[in-house]
Amino acid sequence: MSVAMKQTVSGRASHSALAAFFCVAAVVAAGPASAGGEPLPSGTSFLTQSLQAQQSDEATNPGMLWISEGALIWQTPDGASGASCATCHGDAGTSMKGVAASYPKVYGKTGELLNLEKRINLCRTSQQNAEPYAYESDPLLALTAFIARQSLGQPINVQIDDASRAFYERGKAMFYRRQGQLNLSCAQCHEALAGKQLRGDTISYGVGNGYPAYRLEWQTLGSLHRRLRSCSYGVRARRFEFGSPEYLSLELFLAVRAQGVPVETPAIRR
Amino acid sequence: MALATARVSMPKEVGKGDIVEIKTLIRHRMETGYRVDSVGKKIARHIVKLLTVTYDGEEIFRMDFTQGVAANPFVAFTTVATQTGELVFVWVDDKGEEVRVVKELTVA
Repeated sequence: MSVAMKQTVSGRASHSALAAFFCVAAVVAAGPASAGGEPLPSGTSFLTQSLQAQQSDEATNPGMLWISEGALIWQTPDGASGASCATCHGDAGTSMKGVAASYPKVYGKTGELLNLEKRINLCRTSQQNAEPYAYESDPLLALTAFIARQSLGQPINVQIDDASRAFYERGKAMFYRRQGQLNLSCAQCHEALAGKQLRGDTISYGVGNGYPAYRLEWQTLGSLHRRLRSCSYGVRARRFEFGSPEYLSLELFLAVRAQGVPVETPAIRR
Repeated sequence: MALATARVSMPKEVGKGDIVEIKTLIRHRMETGYRVDSVGKKIARHIVKLLTVTYDGEEIFRMDFTQGVAANPFVAFTTVATQTGELVFVWVDDKGEEVRVVKELTVA
């Protein structure tokens, strides 16, 4: 028994005597905790059946209203260049397929970490000679969601390389750091207690595969950074700006952690 | 409703006498008029008031909305396919702005 106890302590934190007893099995079946194993469950699995049905039907998913707008923006010339997205990228169904599943990404020329929203604005300023969209504005949400929609069902595939490792480490540190007045880390809820109840809701695994998502609480489409700001507010911690380096790094860490989870934009979330 | 987009989902082609299900969505904030902003000032009501649908010129559906309807209203209804024709969907909000969607229904 003492051997078993020691093994448990050296493995994952033990929660009960039962876990200690089955310590060897517990280390093998350490839950859906990424790292080469099963992909984490999507937030959709915690929705009621009717909400899941509403999400998967294009006729009923309210997020599709933004997809329609995004499709329109894709075709509309903008900025001093007089070019639209389609002028260079052609049919989004082919040119943008799988793109969203590989973001956030480090932009080679500047070494900056970019998520899809930032990449779109970079294209607007450097190629279209247009004004960048404000973060969380409807056109940026619409275009981001429209591009992400082209990766529907594709597994998230974000790799860490030399350029992105520092960002990844920063995001990881933020995920495991206790913060705010409630002194909670992201991991305490979204890793240790994921799948359990928090008052009336089920705690998700912190997978951003459905964003920009239509949150019922917002009654509108919103970005992942808006969701992260809600989480920061929830633990009474500092809310970082939309598109801030802190949330970008965290977004990268979450994406790497969500390896293999299919893209579901625009998802419905509670 | 400058930025409003609306979506209508229905089959393109149906048989004569078939029951056709039509699903509509419109983007609208549906501000109730009961809320106040951060300094306590009342936020003016701004809702979709009316949806009318005509089929080949004849009105087949009409709905009055109230403040109780959530943002981005979804409305579904059915009609009987009688002849090939245009369905015209018109939403009007309480500022008088109008969104119009036209769909062709082919009856074989």
